[in-house]
Amino acid sequence: MKKILIIFAHPRFENSRVHRALIANVSNLEGVTIDDLYEEYADFNVDVEREKGRLLDHDVIVWQFPLYLYAPPALLKHWFELVIDFGWAYGKGGGKIRGKTALVCVTTGGSRSSFAPDGHHRYDLREFLRPLEQVAYLCGMYYLPPFVVHGTYRLTEEELKKEANLYRQVMKKLSQGVPLHESYRYDRLNEWVTGKDG
Amino acid sequence: MGSSILFKGLVLLTAALIFVPLAKRLYLGSILGYLVAGIIIGPYGLGIMGADNHELRQFAEFGVIMMLFLIGLELEPGSLRRLKRFILGAGLLQFSLTTLLTGGMFFLFGFSINASLAAGLGISMSSTALVLPTMKEKGIEHSPSGEAALSVLLTQDVAVIPVLALLPLLASQSSPSPLPGWLHTLSIFAAIGVVLISGKFVFVPFLRFIARSNLRELLTAGALFIVFSTALFMEVVGVSPALGTFLAGVVLAGSEFRHQLESDIEPFKGILLGLFFISIGAVINFASIAIMPGKIAGMMLAIFFLKSSVLFMSGMVGRLSLDQNLLFTVSLTQVGEFAFVLFTFMNRLLMIEKSWLDALLFITALSMMVTPISIFLAERFITRHMNLVEKGEREPKVEYQSNPVLIAGFGPFGSTIGRFLKANGVEATILDNDPDRVELLRKMGFKAFFGDATRLEVLRAAGIEEARVLIAAIGDWPINAELIAKARKVFPHLTILARVAHPVQAYELVEKGEENIYRETLDTSVRLGVDCLVKLGHRRYSAYRSAQKFLKYDEEAIKVLAGTRHDEDTHILAAKELIRIQEKLLMRDRAYNPTLNDHAWDSRTREGNE
Repeated sequence: MKKILIIFAHPRFENSRVHRALIANVSNLEGVTIDDLYEEYADFNVDVEREKGRLLDHDVIVWQFPLYLYAPPALLKHWFELVIDFGWAYGKGGGKIRGKTALVCVTTGGSRSSFAPDGHHRYDLREFLRPLEQVAYLCGMYYLPPFVVHGTYRLTEEELKKEANLYRQVMKKLSQGVPLHESYRYDRLNEWVTGKDG
Repeated sequence: MGSSILFKGLVLLTAALIFVPLAKRLYLGSILGYLVAGIIIGPYGLGIMGADNHELRQFAEFGVIMMLFLIGLELEPGSLRRLKRFILGAGLLQFSLTTLLTGGMFFLFGFSINASLAAGLGISMSSTALVLPTMKEKGIEHSPSGEAALSVLLTQDVAVIPVLALLPLLASQSSPSPLPGWLHTLSIFAAIGVVLISGKFVFVPFLRFIARSNLRELLTAGALFIVFSTALFMEVVGVSPALGTFLAGVVLAGSEFRHQLESDIEPFKGILLGLFFISIGAVINFASIAIMPGKIAGMMLAIFFLKSSVLFMSGMVGRLSLDQNLLFTVSLTQVGEFAFVLFTFMNRLLMIEKSWLDALLFITALSMMVTPISIFLAERFITRHMNLVEKGEREPKVEYQSNPVLIAGFGPFGSTIGRFLKANGVEATILDNDPDRVELLRKMGFKAFFGDATRLEVLRAAGIEEARVLIAAIGDWPINAELIAKARKVFPHLTILARVAHPVQAYELVEKGEENIYRETLDTSVRLGVDCLVKLGHRRYSAYRSAQKFLKYDEEAIKVLAGTRHDEDTHILAAKELIRIQEKLLMRDRAYNPTLNDHAWDSRTREGNE
């Protein structure tokens, strides 16, 4: 049984239909802890020791956030600067979170096809997540493909329910501690549970 | 020649009022003015006051007593510790070497060994009362020469205690006291002990008791009571009353009442010091000097030569640069007011004859008269030809004694600020008018003083001139407003951070041009409001953002509304005005939307944008 920590950052959670659905579907799962950054640290005064303790207590770290102007919200960036510490997470004397599993759960208004060389956003979504990927690599974590919800403004209730269920399944699978190498075949973790290529 | 005390008082005042401003005009300092005034009205001037004038003598003695109390009061243990290195080196060297050399000289003039030693001790003293104010007037008290001079003066001040105590021992053969010399000395030490102990266990609790009554004049009366009673006690025991009051001052210097007492006695101090110097001018006996002018001139030259060479040497030991050392030497060459006390005491112990006493008093008075002129010339010469003094002044002082922040009022509001600053390594000087609180703070290691912060002397004594920030945190609004107004006017360099209770007070300060205004309940209320929103299910971050905006909006509103205040009837009651202001604020609030221009994360504005 693996313990999962969802580090969640949304400045206007109360207005986010998609994230409310995603969180609602996983918050009651056994072994899942949700670290709601904008609620806990509204004044940006991140409790570094507490956050480090939470990282040590869990096996799978999920960074869940809406993509805004191709980057995570400010508080999550702030969290990285404070918590992913030199000499603790990486560098000399570091390696405290080595061997843990890391992944990103991100939502975006853009469709999947718009995140392509010939699309509106010119790059694949995963390119915009490279800094997070590299942080995980730097800390010696296993970085999985991201769980992505595209086109959030146009999602029907039906579609949203489906995505939220997929998210729940991903979390369940991760908590069971199944081998993860399979997931690397997919571009999105969503497809890992459905088993079909996007 | 009038005989009534009113007439004499009038003469003294007239002389002072004429000659002191004149001396000041000529850049010679007030002390020279007082001395000249004394000579003019004395027996060798206009002869209005005789040297044997009983009242004048009494005035002078009283002046000495008060002055020594003040010198004792200014003898801060902190500066003793700070200047320890210099005191132990140059200070002691100056004192012992001058005593030995001038003592040897007196021996050659035919004094007995004991009398020579005693006279040497008197001669080695410089004048604290003269040098410190002069240096302050010239603004050189924090230069290396100023600090060195302070160290030497402190050494001498402290040395007065054992010297006065040991003097009867030296006079043992011919003492007028029925007691043998050693017993006399013993009784003096016992008396010193009594003053020191009762200082700690009687004076300070006594003043605390008085301070609690919150009547300012009572504290002054209490201080004077302490001065008079110790002086009287010492006289009864047969010790110099001046020593007693000096000790009383030393004891109170370490207490929280130091600044308040200093400022309470300050006005008297100037007058009493003036009387002291006038009386010195008046007692100079030009007749007895005329009998042996050669001897006196020779002695005077020898004393100046010996004193200044030893001082210069001490300056070298203290590693002063040449220009600073010259200034230091010139400043301290005079024989000081302690010498008057010592010589008179010696005469009373029959150690020196009356004619020598007159000669020594003349030398002392003359040297003190010359000092303001010589400091003036030396400073001129050095700044003009060496141009180095100013450099010394501008050098940053590492061991600067005053704090950058002054907090007036240390109730729950001010104390939170003080704790926060201290947690960030910023030391603040604290002024409060609650003696119990000040006592507690001092125990906790704060630099706290009891005093009325609306009095300029108290503010000055607490170091406002060196402070960069004044935090006006007094809970009583009229007092706080008075403090802010005075500080703004007299110390324009200060940044003032002002506490106010409600908008009307904020308006008053806005109108006076104050910029840093803090309403004591504003932040707390808004924080409580945030928590209320959270309890109702709002997201904390949104509530927090809204609170930040609200604070900003509210500050703006106060500034805008302050301008419109006088459009209406200016004579409405404060309470009514407060209601009216709240009404206006509420009206403005209706048009205020906290999430306006904050829709970056609002997905609704995005729909259909893709």
